[in-house]
This record gives sequence, structure tokens and C-alpha cells, in this order.
Amino acid sequence: MDINLEKLKDKALESIANAKDPKDLDDIRVSYLGKKGEITAVMQRLRELKEEERKEFGKTVNIAKSAIEEHIRLKQKKFGEKIIAEKFKREAIDVTLPSKKISIGHLHPCSIVYNDVRDIFEKMGYTVVTGPEIEYDEYNFEKLNIEKGHPARDEQDTFYINDKVLLRTQTSPVQARVMEKGKLPICIISAGRVFRSDSVDATHSPTFHQIEGLVVDKDISFTDLKGTLTTFAKAFFGENIKTRFRPHHFPFTEPSAEMDVSCFKCGGSGCRFCKNEGWIEILGCGMVNPRVYELCGLDKDKCQGFAFGIGIERLALLKYEIDDMRLLYENDVRFLKQFD
Amino acid sequence: MKASDKFLKYYVKDLNVSGKEFAEKITMTGTKVETYENLSRNLDKIIVVKLTKIEKHPNADKLLVCTCDTGNGDIQIVTGAPNVYEGMLCPAVLDGGKVAASAHDNLEHPDGIVIKKGELRGVESCGMLCSISELGRPTDLYGNVDGIFDMSDIKCKPGDDAIKVLNLDDTLYDFEITSNRIDCYSVIGIAKEVAATFDKTFTYPKTTFKASFSEPKYIDVEVKDLDLCPMFATRFVRSIKIEDSPEWLKDCLRALGIRPINNIVDITNFVMMEYGQPMHAYDYDTIRDKKIVVKRANDGDKFITLDGQERILDKEILTICDGKGAIGLGGIMGGENTMITDSCKTLLLEAANFNGTNIRLSSKRLGLRTEASNLFEKGLDPNNAINAINRACALIEDLKCGEICEDFIYVYPDEKKNVNKDIEVSVSKINNLLGTNIDSDTMKKILDKIDLKTTVSGDTLKINVPTIRKDINTFADIAEEVMRFYGYDKAGETLPNLEITPVTRTKSEIIEGAATLIARYNGFDEAMNYSFESAKIYDMLNLPQDAKERNYIKILNPLGEDFEIMRTELINGMLKSLSTNHNRGLKEARLYELANIYLPLDEKIEVLPDERKTLMMGGYGKNLDFYVFKGYAEEILEASHVKGNIKFVKNENISFMHPGRTADIYVDDLYLGFVGEANEIVLKNYEISTKTYVLQLDIRNIIEKSDLMFKYRELSKFPRSERDLSMIVPKDLTVDKIEEVLRIRGGKLLESIELFDIYEGAQVGDGNKSIAYNLTFSADDHSLTSDEVDKVIDKIINGLKDLNIELRK
Repeated sequence: MDINLEKLKDKALESIANAKDPKDLDDIRVSYLGKKGEITAVMQRLRELKEEERKEFGKTVNIAKSAIEEHIRLKQKKFGEKIIAEKFKREAIDVTLPSKKISIGHLHPCSIVYNDVRDIFEKMGYTVVTGPEIEYDEYNFEKLNIEKGHPARDEQDTFYINDKVLLRTQTSPVQARVMEKGKLPICIISAGRVFRSDSVDATHSPTFHQIEGLVVDKDISFTDLKGTLTTFAKAFFGENIKTRFRPHHFPFTEPSAEMDVSCFKCGGSGCRFCKNEGWIEILGCGMVNPRVYELCGLDKDKCQGFAFGIGIERLALLKYEIDDMRLLYENDVRFLKQFD
Repeated sequence: MKASDKFLKYYVKDLNVSGKEFAEKITMTGTKVETYENLSRNLDKIIVVKLTKIEKHPNADKLLVCTCDTGNGDIQIVTGAPNVYEGMLCPAVLDGGKVAASAHDNLEHPDGIVIKKGELRGVESCGMLCSISELGRPTDLYGNVDGIFDMSDIKCKPGDDAIKVLNLDDTLYDFEITSNRIDCYSVIGIAKEVAATFDKTFTYPKTTFKASFSEPKYIDVEVKDLDLCPMFATRFVRSIKIEDSPEWLKDCLRALGIRPINNIVDITNFVMMEYGQPMHAYDYDTIRDKKIVVKRANDGDKFITLDGQERILDKEILTICDGKGAIGLGGIMGGENTMITDSCKTLLLEAANFNGTNIRLSSKRLGLRTEASNLFEKGLDPNNAINAINRACALIEDLKCGEICEDFIYVYPDEKKNVNKDIEVSVSKINNLLGTNIDSDTMKKILDKIDLKTTVSGDTLKINVPTIRKDINTFADIAEEVMRFYGYDKAGETLPNLEITPVTRTKSEIIEGAATLIARYNGFDEAMNYSFESAKIYDMLNLPQDAKERNYIKILNPLGEDFEIMRTELINGMLKSLSTNHNRGLKEARLYELANIYLPLDEKIEVLPDERKTLMMGGYGKNLDFYVFKGYAEEILEASHVKGNIKFVKNENISFMHPGRTADIYVDDLYLGFVGEANEIVLKNYEISTKTYVLQLDIRNIIEKSDLMFKYRELSKFPRSERDLSMIVPKDLTVDKIEEVLRIRGGKLLESIELFDIYEGAQVGDGNKSIAYNLTFSADDHSLTSDEVDKVIDKIINGLKDLNIELRK
């Protein structure tokens, strides 16, 4: 055969290398490998050869064809890369332009604090219980050892609906309702909205939220109370926080205490935030007064336990350093959007 | 409750701690110090001087040049005060010393003001003569004197430390007293706590005196209403000399902020602070018939109290009367008619006990709260009153201002019953409650310190409780007393040994959580409003008189008419909050509130009302319209797995909603709430001038129809088949009618429908609209054939014909 396959191949590779654009390259492909292409023509002429020669030459032709195909593929890839690079360049944008943010709504700061406190106690095995906001005097006061004329009724100025029904001043009536069922052990938190007739100002609101806890079994002790609330304080305010329990008085607990935490701004050395005391009052607590067990139908000699009450708004004001309680009930979205 | 360091030291002699240490320790035993201040904290180098010579200033008409004897040589001080005279003793601050307030405006400086030697209009001044306000004290406590404070009548000499002479080397504590510790509304009560806290000895004041005469029938006391006055004690004092009290007494009262008046009044005030027992002094000569009758007043009786005000009484107010009429309001205030004056010669002292609740209610009704009523309303101990009246007599004797009668006339029927009681408690029970291991001797030591005399016998403590400790009744009370002085901080910290119950969420919590999450995902912030509002808002909402929302629960004693009813809807709070944002210029606001509404179940509210947890979403701003809000509703119902046929039914009759753009939401026949555009006339009442949309959902009804035990549905393995249907529809036919036909006729094979085009215009003719649906068909068990789908489409088309709907080609 009078064909210089080497030369043909070299020519093909040279023109592939010199192809200007994808179209050019395709023309070259057709001129060698197309139906009427030069390599195709050589393949067709293989029939003219004898069997041994055909086998030998066929091999050589296939090698040349593969080489041409490989070079075309590489060249195509090169062109492709160039095109996509140009496209990317054209499509470039100003990444510093403002975002198209999907505006997600925010939880109220009181809900955030409530969720945090609830989660901490739930992890310790407490069950959340709720009850009516408009309550019988009997549950809000009488069963909690605050009979008619008791000074504590003045401390918790009460909104009345009539002489038997009132707006609950605390979430403790829920605890009375649980105790009344008579099943031990009790390990609950009762949460919700409470009402006291305080005029609206920077530190008072006639409506606020409480979480109260109640643990009753046969031998729950004051040290259990301290341990539980210190665990809570560390979980809520941070591992470095210290707690202090001061004697106090509540009609439904005896002994009673108030828990302070070391000031989380100054660490306890005294600053304006803690009024130079180094401590910040957080909650009231105590051992359930045996009289309350009696009033709620439990056997006072077989029950021992503790109770505590936390003001959600107070924690929210402290946590976020909000200086005016009225902001919590104004619902200005610029305020609400600061919490997540 | 206030008490000063000097006052406390009368009873705890060797107390010697700094204000800071005192406050910290006494707080930890249960008497919390709210604030404390050293009266001389901003005073320094202030001595008594004698003005030996006063001359005119050569260069200034209004200034005087004083030569001052300092007890250690003379110095020269220039003053502008006109009230100085030669021979006057007065306080002077020396070079480099400090005063508390400025002479110009009497305003107290937080760190005091340093006074330096200098020249005043060319004349040397080596300090400053001081007024009482420059010493940081309120002038009204010192007789409202102007100018330099005249100390000539006070026992002192030049060179004395004026701070000490004026008893300003003292610290004033303000205590928070808990409501059970009525005994601690007295300096003695606090002093006992102090002595126990610092392990010092407590000494009672002197209550004995020498009586100088007898007059067995000086008064006839009759108590008609023993329920309101269980005890009424009197003492009789003659040859009264009304004059100023000695300086120690005046300064003791001043430290507490009480203005000294005269010796008799000062003694009753002092004893009131000391014992927490109010007393009253009558001018004996003005008591008619020498008779005291304690009884309830009649409705409408009039009486002039010693402040000169006429008071209208009622039949629950207790009066102290003489033979002719009222001379005082028991436990609240005395009368003008028997008030002691400077000419008083003979005195009747009263120390009584009154029913606390009655005093509280009476003084509230009268609008008259006094130091006395504030104390009596706590419910005082009658036995303490007897100590107090004797203490007052002892002071009268000490001050040599009267002769005391030996006879003691009082009414106290329960005297024998009101005695110390013994209680027995178990040491191990206390330790079990506290989680401690305190031995019985330690407990005894603690209890003895606070006047709870204790004897130990094995595991039992027998404790003698004085009548003044009404708060101590049970073993738990004793446990607290032990713990307070053992130390709350000494108890360990343990955790309760309880089985852990796994956390479960109620259906309500799950659905509330899902609904509010959807609200937040759609950009709604959580709002909170008060539960009470004004009944006037129903007019703002244009609600008709018979609207169900107007059936509300009223608060008996609201904070004002803005807070007088419990809300029966959440729309008012929502519109108010949106209005706040709108009026602050915010272009958009989206809020949601999840709260109870309160629906009465009976007229008198004898049973608790229905508290319905309700979700309200509302917003204004871009990209909001009816259909967006309808979408929120559907998403929430879907997330709540509501089972049944969800329907949006046009409601033209909600007064605060747009009649053409509002729908009630039902699942089957159960009402879930409403959605739509708020009525612009109502919006105007809330000063909102932009389109506003709201959605209200009743959580309890959602719960009723929700099935949270849903199961997963298998995904079809076979290809789906889609068809588009375009139709000409009469204009006022609502699409729910079309979709009903599509669903019913489409049967099991119809997987979903999607309305993708709606058009009104000339091309479809007047009175018509064009609607196009994309229908998706599928079967769980085989590939649908074209024939199968065609058959269903035919059924649908036949159904649509009944509604006068034509298919578009």
C-alpha cells in the first residue's frame, strides 16, 4: 500500500493542534474520521490487502486513528474549559450587594428563657404541668396556707373576679391540684402567666410569667433543694456561677430561702449591676410547709419535699440586661428581632 | 424597718463590726439589710468652735469675719450667714476637711466636698462654719433652722468632734422584714437577732420605775368590742413638764428620720421604735367623765383626727370614746380634742392591742395610713404592749418629766390564756428535713440564743416559745430557726433520689410548637399582650351589642378601666401591637401571639371559665395578601395532621374584617377560626393606614381533629400521568365547587390538582372567567394507561357540565 500512515497521522495531529475553535476542530475530525475522511478511506482500503498484511497494517491504522481521536478529545476538552471559564467570567456578580434574606420570625425573650429553664428541669426528670389562669381562691391561697386576712395576700395584690374566683397570683395552685391527687413521688414544674395588681412601670407589670417547681416524696431534704437549684443556676448562668441561700419567708414553705447567684457581670466583687452587693436575687424556695400537705389532703408525716418559684421576666431582664419591663409587652419588632 | 447602730448597741453592748460585715452576716441569718449608710460618710475634720469675735468684712457687705476658738488656739473663718453671734458654739470644717452638701443649693454631693483654706475677697478663711444641711442632714429634723447650726444649747465645748457631739458617728440600716417576723418590726426584735448572729449578749431595756402616788380610779375603761380590741392598758402620769428631749433621744429619733417634738411625744415614738408597739398620749384633763369606752362607730359618724382632718366613720371602725364621744380612732390616729399641748399637766398613756385585719381594712377605707396602723395591721402581741407602756413610764422617770401613778388600769380578759407555749420536736426529724446531722446540744444552744428556751431529752427538744413569736408552731418552724443560725451555707448540696420520668409532650404542646414554628418560619415575631383590656375596645372593633365577644369576665378591682375585662379575643392586642410598629414608621411588621382567651361559662363566674388557647397571626407590609394568610392556615393545619375536609367559607359578617375578603375556616363542620383582611374602618380606629391581614386559629379544635399517630404512605413505583384542563367558568362560581367535582370524580387515581392560571377578560366573554388546572394521576399498583386516564377525564368533564362549565379547546 502506498500510503504513508505516519505522515498522515502527523499531518492530522498538526492540524488538530492548530485548530482555532470547536467548529474548526470538528471540520478536522470530519476530514480524517468522517465518512469520507482520510483515515476512514484507509480503513476501507484494508480489504484490498492479504490477510496477514491486513492484520499487521490494520493494527497500525487503529493506533493512528486512536491517536487522532485522543488528540481531538483533549483539544475539545481544552476548548470546553475555555468556554466555561469565559461564561463564568461573564456571569460574575458583586458579592457585596445586600442579601435577599428570608426573614425568620423570633421568639419572645420570655419564651426563650422559659424554654431554657424548662429544658434544664426536664433533663433532671421534671414533668411540666399547667393549670387555669383564672383560679379559685381556695387553690391560689387557702390550700397554700394563706388564709383570708393573711398578710401575704397584701404582698401579692390580687385581682378578684368575685369572692371565690381570682386571677392567680402564682402558679402554685397547679401544685395544690397535683398534691390533691395524692400520688407520690411528685416531681413537677408548673409554668404560666400570673397576675398581680402592680401598676405598670419599668420594674413592674400586672402580668408576668412564673415557673414553679415541686418535689415531694418521703425524705426529700433541704440539701436536695440546694443541690437542685445550684445545678439549675450553673446550667442557666454558667458553670462558674456561685449560689447563696438566704433565710426568707413564704407561707407555703418552712424553712424558706431566697437564692442569690454571684453577679455575672462583676463575678461577685460588686458593681452597679448588682448594686455593689456582688449577689443577684434570683428566686424564692423552701421546704414545703407541713400545713400545706394537710390542706392538700396528703399525710404530713409521710411527705417531705421542696418547692421553688422563678420569675421568667426577671430572668429575661437580667439575662439580656433589659432595663425597662414595658418593652416586653410593647411588641416593637425591632425589639423582638434581637432575640432568637 | 430602720435601726441605727447606736440604737442597737443600747441592747447589744459590745457589738463592734463594720457596716459591711454587719449587713452581710445579719442578712445570712434572715434579717436582710436592704441598704446601709454611715451618717458621717462624707464628713471630715469637723469640730465645735466658739465665735469669740465677729467683724465686718472690709471688702464685702454680706460677709462676716469670725474669730473662732478651736479649743487649741484661734482661727479666722469668713462666713456669709447672718445668724452668727459672738459667743455662739457651732460646727466648723477645718482646712482639708469635708462636708456633705454644698452651701449654695444644699444638694448632697455623692463623695462630699473638700473645704480648703483660702482667701474670701482678700481676707483669709481657714475653714467653713456649717449649716445642718451642709452636714448632710435634713433640716426638718432640726427644727428647720436656717444658717449656721447653733450648738450653744448642746453640751459641748470648743475643739470637740462635732460629728460625735451630734451623734452622726452612726450607721443607719434599712432591713427587709419578712411578714412572719412581726416581732422584728422593733429595734428590740432586731437587736435579739443581732446578738444571736454575732454571739453577743442581749440586754432588755429598763421597764421598772418608782411610782410616786396612788389614784386607784383614775379612769374607768370599758371595752365593748373585745373582738377588735382584746387588750387596752393605761397609765396615769401627773405633774407633766413638757419640754425638749435630751440630745441623745432627739438624735436617736433623728437617725431614723423621726422629727423630735417634745419629751412626751418623743418617748412614745422611741418606745414605738423600740418595742414595735404604738402608744397614744391623751391630755387627761380633756377626757370627759374620766371614762374610756372602746366601741365600733356608727355609720356616718364624723370625727376630727389630730391632723385636723374631718373623717367620716362607719360601723366597722373602732373608736376610743370618753364619757361624751369619740376621742380617737383605735390603732389609727388620735383625736384633735384630746391632743397633748405644751400646757398639758396630766397624762393618760394608752398601749392597746387591736385586730390587725380590722385595722388594715379600716385604714384603707379611711384612706389614712399611719405608723401606728402599719404596725397594728400586722397583728401585735398584747403582752408586748404591757412591756411597752411600762418602758414609757421608766423613760418618763429617767427624764424627770412627770410623776407616775402606781395603779395600773387595763382590760385584758385573755391575759391568763395568752402565755408562752411549749412545743416538742424531734431532733432526728429536723435533721431528716434539713439533710443535716446537727446534734441536740447544738440545736439547744442556737434556740436558747433567740429566747426559745430549750430542754433536751434524748431525741426530743422541749421548747418554750414566747408569745411574741407567733410564727413558731411546728417542727418545721424550729428547723428554720436552727438552720438560720447553724448557717444555710453550711448545709450540703445533694440531688433528690428519684426515678427519672421520661419527657413527654402533650398533643397541645406539639401542635402549638408546630404552629408557632410555621409562624416564625414565615417571618412572624412572637408578641405578648396583657390578658386584660378595656371594654371600650369592642366599640373600636365595631362589634355589635350582641356579639359573643362582649360576653366577658370583669375584674372586680382592676388597675383602671384600661384593664378591667379579661380578653375574649386576640384581635385587639394584635391590632394595637401592629399599630405601635406602624406608627413608629416601620414599613412592615408580622407578629403572632399564642395566648388564652377567657370565655365565661356562667353568669356569676361560679365555675371557672373556658380558657381557650388561641393563635393569632397578623401583619402588614409587602408580599402579604389574603391568599398568603390562607396558605399559613393550610400549612399549620397540615403540620397539625388535621384529618377531614378543610373548608374556607366566606364570612361577610365579622365586624372588624373586610366583608369581601374574609373566610371562616372549618374542618368538616368544626369551626377552627378565620382569616382575611382587616376592615379599614376598624384599622382607622387603631391608626393603621395600610392593608393588614390576620389569621386566628383555635388550638383546642385543631387538637380535636388532629391525628398525630399518622402513618407513612408508600411512594408509587409507577410513572405518573399529567393532564391539563382549561375551562370557561361563570364568573361568580367559586373554585371550591370546581375542585369538589375534580376530587369526587377524579377518585382514587387523582393524586393532586393544581390551579395554574386564572383569567378574566374579553377573550372569555363577559360574566366568565377562564381557569386552568394541572391534574396528576397515579396508581399504587400499576402503570396507568392512556385509556384509564381518559375515562376519568370524561367523568370529570361530565361533572363540570352540570356546573355550566365548558372546556376550552
